[in-house]
Amino acid sequence: MGWAIALHGGAGDIPRAMPPERLKPREAALHHCLQIGVDALKAGRPPLDVVELVVRELENNPHFNAGKGSVLTSNGTVEMEACIMDGNTKRCGAVSGLTTVKNAISLARLVMEKTPHIYLAFDGAEAFAREQGVENTDTSHFITPENIERLKQAKAANRVQIDFTQSTPKAGEKASVTALDSQDGTVGCVAVDGNGNLAAATSTGGLVNKMVGRIGDTPMIGAGTYANCYCAVSATGKGESIIRATVARDVAALMEYKGLSLNEAAAYVIEECAPKHTAGLIAVSAKGEVTMPFNTVGMFRACATEDGHSEVKIWPDEQLG
Amino acid sequence: MGGWAIAVHGGAGVDPNLPEERQERAKQLLTRCLDIGISALRASSPAIDVVELVVRELESDPLFNSGHGSALTENGTVEMEASIMDGFGRRCGAVSGITTVKNPISLARLVMDKSPHSYLAFSGAEEFARKQEVELVDNDYFITEDNVGTLKLAKESSKILFEYRVPTVALIDSCTSQAETPPLTMNGLPISVYAPETVGCVAVDSQGQCAAATSTGGLMNKMVGRIGDSPIIGAGTYACDVCGVSCTGEGEAIIRGTLARDVAALMEYKGLSLQESVDYVIKNRLDQGKAGMIAVSSNGEVACGFNTVGMFRGFAAENGSMEVGIWE
Repeated sequence: MGWAIALHGGAGDIPRAMPPERLKPREAALHHCLQIGVDALKAGRPPLDVVELVVRELENNPHFNAGKGSVLTSNGTVEMEACIMDGNTKRCGAVSGLTTVKNAISLARLVMEKTPHIYLAFDGAEAFAREQGVENTDTSHFITPENIERLKQAKAANRVQIDFTQSTPKAGEKASVTALDSQDGTVGCVAVDGNGNLAAATSTGGLVNKMVGRIGDTPMIGAGTYANCYCAVSATGKGESIIRATVARDVAALMEYKGLSLNEAAAYVIEECAPKHTAGLIAVSAKGEVTMPFNTVGMFRACATEDGHSEVKIWPDEQLG
Repeated sequence: MGGWAIAVHGGAGVDPNLPEERQERAKQLLTRCLDIGISALRASSPAIDVVELVVRELESDPLFNSGHGSALTENGTVEMEASIMDGFGRRCGAVSGITTVKNPISLARLVMDKSPHSYLAFSGAEEFARKQEVELVDNDYFITEDNVGTLKLAKESSKILFEYRVPTVALIDSCTSQAETPPLTMNGLPISVYAPETVGCVAVDSQGQCAAATSTGGLMNKMVGRIGDSPIIGAGTYACDVCGVSCTGEGEAIIRGTLARDVAALMEYKGLSLQESVDYVIKNRLDQGKAGMIAVSSNGEVACGFNTVGMFRGFAAENGSMEVGIWE
């Protein structure tokens, strides 16, 4: 027993040759966000507040695909989505298609607390945001030069995406930004306090060059995000695979229905349910266990527990300083 | 292999005072839809085609809350949603915020078949519909006179709707001081105003492949942009190699309970039978929410469960059984 926290900044083909100027700020952000979460848990903040706080910080960081730094749709616009869930009450809130809300995760929380619904999207979600007086900003705030470049490359390499051909760029066609960088997946945080209260939050800009209106796994309860009295889970990776495999709910379902431990359940979902190279997840249990499995090349991730264990990692083995 | 089976629903949570005439019309529609599904299954159509075909028919008839006859948003507009899932390969497609597409279920199918994504919503989904050249109609087509009147009634009682419905703790139990029985409500709306009548179909074909489809206009007087359980894979709709499930009722409770996926998860992870799983989910996964579901298994079993007052439903199986009902 004891508190525990884990966070992620996306899973995917994170190149091991990523240059230091791209790697360092992400490592620093993971350390920084972990510290914010740890401090908040130590100060006795409820996990629901902690996951929102940490995800806000990840959203504000331009190096991850959520909030500022969100990847662009095929029209060059930003459409963000997010989801938050409280374990004990199973109350939850989700949003999609946001274009001006600075912190999507906080709007998801407001949907949970201030509406009779769970999930608001597009114009209706934006109207609700204005009504609630949340911080709005011009949509250009979210668009970084790197993501303009990423979209250009995605379009060049993958102009047939609409024709349902998977992105299989020919050798040498993949150019600088995507080859040396990764803006895959999403950001997320899960936390548990010493009393076993659990919460999960996930936020994303979605998929580079996605069709306008595309909804991924992140805002879907049971796919990208889930929490109950057993565990809290945030998933990242290829949204369509995570939706089909109901990744987040299945971790909890395996614990409830099959009696697996958190580690076993998460490993089973990543190894058996989600196709190879598509998914990663972070999870904490009511007992304060943490796990962060993935079947992609890497996953930006960090965790800490009350007994003093702490790690910040990107690829399967090595520990970052 | 147990042969083919099919189930259809037109929503859970029926006004006990629903006029006899309307009950009859509902039964006739359910029977007609079953017949369409049965013919297709006998002609060896794959389950995924059958559920789409049947849900199209339900959408096109104004009786239930989907397509023509959809419930209205607080602004008096229609925003429809639907999803479809093929148990074979767990492929799926979903749409939300549809305003001009005559048959949302077929657009969901096209998202599954013709886009790299699983789920498109609002203007992006409408744009995709135009590109795919599906049948479009004016938004007015979906709006019935009945529903304009019902929206007015819903607005009059909307105070309740906007008091957040606490999902788990005993909202009702803590109010025991009130002696009179509370009026029958769904999603905070009086049952006479609530338009639960989401439609859905599940089928298993003679190859043992399952599919599920669900379509809805959503909740009467819903906020613009509200997404319910119907398009959410694992909540309102789910199919895999063991079963196909379509849910209906209080959307928010269905989402929180991941109802459709949990029927399959109980079969896969706990070894329960189809009916046991459905019963377990209705009993244990809804907290205080109200909902119903239909399900088929790859063995050709068919099951149904609900904790509402009534559910519009019908079943048929290859062994000749056929049933259409509303009440318990």
